[in-house]
Amino acid sequence: QKCVYSTWWPYLFSFLQFLLLTADIISTVEFNQSGELLATGDKGGRVVIFQQEQESKNKLQCRGEYNVYSTFQSHEPEFDYLKSLEIEEKINKIRWLPQKNAAHFLLSTNDKTIKLWKISERDKRPEGYNLKEEDGRYRDPNTVTTLRVPVFRPMDLMVEASPRRVFANAHTYHINSISVNSDCETYLSADDLRVNLWHLEITDRSFNIVDIKPANMEDLTEVITAAEFHPNQCNTFVYSSSKGTIRLCDMRAAALCDSHAKLFEEPEDPNNRSFFSEIISSISDVKFSHSGRYMMTRDYLSVKIWDLNMESRPVETYQVHEYLRSKLCSLYENDCIFDKFECCWNGNDSVVMTGSYNNFFRMFDRGYQQDMTLEASRENSKLRSVLKPRKVSTGGKRKKDEISVDSLDFNKKILHTAWHPLDNIIAVATTNNLYIFQDKLN
Amino acid sequence: MFPKGTKRKFSDSGEEAVSSGDQGPASPSVAARTLSSSYSLQRQSLLDMSLIKLQLCHMLVEPNLCRSVLIANTVRQIQEEMTQDGTWQIMTQALAAAQCPTDRLVATEVLCRQTDAAAQAGQSPKPYSVVGVEEGYHSEEVVMEGDVETDVTMSTLSPVSPQLSSASYLAGPFGMGPCWEEEEEDGECEEEEEEDSEECVSEGEEGDGDHLSADSRTGEQVFGTFEIKHPAPPPDPALEELFSDVDPSYYDLDTVLTGMQSAPKMGPYDLLDSLSSHGPTALSSSSSCRSDLNELDHIMEIIVGS
Repeated sequence: QKCVYSTWWPYLFSFLQFLLLTADIISTVEFNQSGELLATGDKGGRVVIFQQEQESKNKLQCRGEYNVYSTFQSHEPEFDYLKSLEIEEKINKIRWLPQKNAAHFLLSTNDKTIKLWKISERDKRPEGYNLKEEDGRYRDPNTVTTLRVPVFRPMDLMVEASPRRVFANAHTYHINSISVNSDCETYLSADDLRVNLWHLEITDRSFNIVDIKPANMEDLTEVITAAEFHPNQCNTFVYSSSKGTIRLCDMRAAALCDSHAKLFEEPEDPNNRSFFSEIISSISDVKFSHSGRYMMTRDYLSVKIWDLNMESRPVETYQVHEYLRSKLCSLYENDCIFDKFECCWNGNDSVVMTGSYNNFFRMFDRGYQQDMTLEASRENSKLRSVLKPRKVSTGGKRKKDEISVDSLDFNKKILHTAWHPLDNIIAVATTNNLYIFQDKLN
Repeated sequence: MFPKGTKRKFSDSGEEAVSSGDQGPASPSVAARTLSSSYSLQRQSLLDMSLIKLQLCHMLVEPNLCRSVLIANTVRQIQEEMTQDGTWQIMTQALAAAQCPTDRLVATEVLCRQTDAAAQAGQSPKPYSVVGVEEGYHSEEVVMEGDVETDVTMSTLSPVSPQLSSASYLAGPFGMGPCWEEEEEDGECEEEEEEDSEECVSEGEEGDGDHLSADSRTGEQVFGTFEIKHPAPPPDPALEELFSDVDPSYYDLDTVLTGMQSAPKMGPYDLLDSLSSHGPTALSSSSSCRSDLNELDHIMEIIVGS
């Protein structure tokens, strides 16, 4: 089982699966805590959950494939007749609750409403009723001569999704984040201007814990872009802003956490100052490391790792696609500059991953200080084959196999990626398709 | 760089001038700033582009408050820089003196007029407060009691000053149909001058009952679009009836804009192409703006239904 390939890069991802989803655009991807389940949400309000096959004992190097486990319509479009305003059913985020019993629970949200879904299996059904036939028809009472106890018999597996809670009417602006607290009892939801705290059992009220709406909307210059609870400290959460700041708040300090406990902000580089500086500093995603010691932020051109004990600047910065810095005006014109890329950690926090354009995605190994560009493309990769690293040529001379910046396809963007919490399996969403890659090395 | 087939506007090397922004010391002299007419051109074009984006926010599939705020901040930055190096004053004066004000982008024009008014009022030009053309359908609250006031609509659309006639054209198509004034709680109709008069409707009220001043209204109008109002009471059957004969195709922005240009699908930057001008040369050409104005009047008529 020794590695055949000599490489400085500790991972060799091979193309495991290509999953064609609906015609709708994938809007969120999330593994559950065990990695057995992978949930996707789409623009049409649907949630599709995949389940990993049990590993075959014979094939040691091949993890189980993911098969469709459950599909359900989570949100429907709503229409406000008075304002001729449609509320989109697009699923913005899915977050799994830690599993407590046989059933699985997840939170899914659109712009306005959060729902708690229960996904449960049914593989037995009661048979042998006294008064009913197996098909449900009632038996003629005269024919009932004996008494028997119904028993459970196996049936074909049925996976049912049912909405258990609907958390509505708490957000005036569009919800961009939800995050389950480590206490497993509460969760937060964030929109452009406010963060609310909910109890999972209570749907008719929530607590507003952050409100950055100015008294005068004319003074609005900053919005909330993402929020997340600390993975271990149930009193701590962070929220990021469009101005490139991250605020860490402690809920023990005050009921309203408008004043932060810590403010993370990197001073601007005066050499790189332009009219686009603020836009590219806007943080599109924030994620705590599994350890809880670090957090990662994604802005337009880079990924930054912050040590929670140091507010003045990030401890690590990785350039995702620096070659776009000279193209910012064009990217502003075609609106690509507003694309919101997500980012994710691997299970042991040693590698971070984020998406880019042309169906490229990038990985940064923090330990080896190496980075890798891969492509999610059926045309350019064969199933089961190892992915070939990609390179964008930035200089004048384009080497063979390199791609020039001008031939990048900016419609092919990878905004959503997810890393299995325990294993080296990654899920990468292109516009309509879900790619699953696994690490070939054990 | 663009989706294939889209025309590029500027060479990316030219963008260096804009992208690199404020090179040099913190307070460059006016002379140093005007060194690069290419830079000024790029900056002006960026300003135009940004204003168009703000006005066309609702053309997006998903209205996006973050995007609007970032664009508005960009506009503010540009305006501040232009104010510092004196170009802002030059532009406003030139516009005031221009024969055909419609040469400039509407919102730029409005912006200048706002500054003029403020100057007349004895204040220094305030930092650009975001002026967006309000999509009437987002923020209106239909007057429930009594008759729906169609005449208020008409009065809102008729400009306060002749100069605004060109400005109001944008309000029309983007107003998406009949516009309704919101009534204040004290029963007073909103009829505010300048930027508000091009907007069909003033902002719907907040649940917390903010009583908005005239100034705050402008920001509210742009950013208030993104509020999701909590579920309204079930639609009044009388109102449904009122709307039943409105042709829904007029609400299709594509349909509207198709009338403006022969291209079947028009993006916001095509609008930029057709309407904007680059730099001072624009002020002299007036023939193109007149034909544009005719087309736009035509569209106005369709929308207003006259």
